[in-house]
Amino acid sequence: MSGVLLLSWRYLAHHRAKSTILVASITLMLFLPAVTRLLVEDSAAALTARAAQTPLVLGASGSELELVLNTLYFHAESPPVIDSRALSDARETGLANFIPIYARFHSQGVPIVGTTLEYFDFRGLSIANGRQMGLLGECVIGAAVAARRNLGPGDSLISSPESVFDIAGVYPLKMKIVGVLEANGSADDEAIFADVRTTWIIQGLGHGHTDLDDPEAAGTILNRRDDMITANAALTQYAEITRENISGFHFHGSADRFPLTGVIAVPPDQKSAALLRGRYQANEAGLQLTVPGAVLADLLATVFAVQNYVILGLAVLSLATVAVITLVFLLSQQLRKGEFQTLSRIGASRAYIALLIASEIGFVFVIGFVLATGLTLVTRNYAMQILQSFLTL
Amino acid sequence: MIDIQNLVFSYRNGARGEASGFGMRIEKFTVPKGISAALVGPSGSGKTTLLGLIAGTLRPSAGSINVNEWEISNCSENALVKFRLHYVGQVFQTFELLNYLTVIENVMLPWFLAGSGRKAEKLERARELLASVGLESKALSRPDALSQGEQQRVAVCRALFNDPALLLADEPTGNLDQGNKQKVVDLLRDQARRHNSTLLMVTHDEALLGQFDMVFDIYSVAASLHGDSI
Repeated sequence: MSGVLLLSWRYLAHHRAKSTILVASITLMLFLPAVTRLLVEDSAAALTARAAQTPLVLGASGSELELVLNTLYFHAESPPVIDSRALSDARETGLANFIPIYARFHSQGVPIVGTTLEYFDFRGLSIANGRQMGLLGECVIGAAVAARRNLGPGDSLISSPESVFDIAGVYPLKMKIVGVLEANGSADDEAIFADVRTTWIIQGLGHGHTDLDDPEAAGTILNRRDDMITANAALTQYAEITRENISGFHFHGSADRFPLTGVIAVPPDQKSAALLRGRYQANEAGLQLTVPGAVLADLLATVFAVQNYVILGLAVLSLATVAVITLVFLLSQQLRKGEFQTLSRIGASRAYIALLIASEIGFVFVIGFVLATGLTLVTRNYAMQILQSFLTL
Repeated sequence: MIDIQNLVFSYRNGARGEASGFGMRIEKFTVPKGISAALVGPSGSGKTTLLGLIAGTLRPSAGSINVNEWEISNCSENALVKFRLHYVGQVFQTFELLNYLTVIENVMLPWFLAGSGRKAEKLERARELLASVGLESKALSRPDALSQGEQQRVAVCRALFNDPALLLADEPTGNLDQGNKQKVVDLLRDQARRHNSTLLMVTHDEALLGQFDMVFDIYSVAASLHGDSI
């Protein structure tokens, strides 16, 4: 038996190019359907788990899917917003605990999520290094962001402008990192969390500058009428919130009008959830209350249907590949007629020659199978990252 | 010993194996055990066919072929496989080495097919044979990297590997220079003498004939047949 295996292995090793092409074909034939199925199943499980953790989401009317994905995965570039008034109105119902989410800005492509400390309790997020955010301008970062950008407590990061062409826009805000979150294998690992008011400052709804009553600022004042003071561009605007200048930060306009991209609602029981959903069923204020689990179930039903077509297509492709491989082996047997005749003249039986061919085919399939399994397992390890990259496109 | 009686062989054509209308008849042909014999004759006269019949790779239409205790003409296919593997060493006209094996692996090919015996011993045997034809330094080369003469010597080593009781050599010196020709003939004759084997070698080289115990002319051994006489 070892003689057969040695001969077949030597043959495959000698005809390296042919063997490599055959093995690669088998590997792809097995890998593609397997990885498609596994990635879809893992992604579905990850999506479903996070959605199941999030009972209800309140947001602007329109696409339920966009609202859910942005509230859960912070992926949208220009998400529709609702007024903070909607949050206070919802809180007045007393039917749930409401957690604001303002996920609109980024720092070098990483979403900056404005929220409150309740979010961390709700998601079960703990601080691995440093402390929880406490002041305006402070932030905590996800484990993956910290690892990738080599950041930790004491470092700082700067918000990116929404548009590089908006030269009249607000200044980027330099935020101080005070903590790094424990990794939990979710979108939270890939985000920067700050107080929701900090994100309003990033937007320019609040700002900080030198005290206009300070004699040093007198030269910048253009006009002073009643409680309205107009200053020129020489007035120093703060690009960073520190303990020294925090008192100089303030907001303009009504806090009720400040924007949020979503509100997570966590009702204490089914009854409260049902009552809350009833309240927003025919909402005319441009709001909707969605059940993330149901929204993602609809999405996944579509994904699974598409997956079935893809796998069917791959199965047809696999049949074609097997047919081509069979043809290659048959043609190869024709070309090797002389070699088999020599083996037979020396003393190889027909069974031996059949075993030789079978073990060559076996080697190709076994190596292809092992490679496909390895590739599938490696790809599966990166399933969450792949999912994240799709969601943050 | 080789003993052929009243043999009729018909050449066959194509995959269907239809009779070609040509063949050969051998009334009687005997080579005693332990004898070195040469078979001479022009190309196409049936020398290679006769070797094929004796090795059992060709089957006669009638008559008997006996090699020592083996009744070749009546053996089953499986028995013939065993016969060729353990009792016959063959050197072919075109060497027929496998290019995907090294030289030493080609020599050990009968062992790969038989699968019995200790590897260390077989390796040692293959090295000895290669050394005897001056190819020990080429043991790990591929056959296609060797000259034709070197390839022929490797083919001879492969034929001798199992210490066969019957050695059939089809022009083994055809591609060799005078020095190597003598080496190969000495090797084959020495093997036959030491193991009391029978050697039947086809050759066109008249200078070598004097070294054999017997010399046969194919025309005195076999008669050509054609048409209805087959």
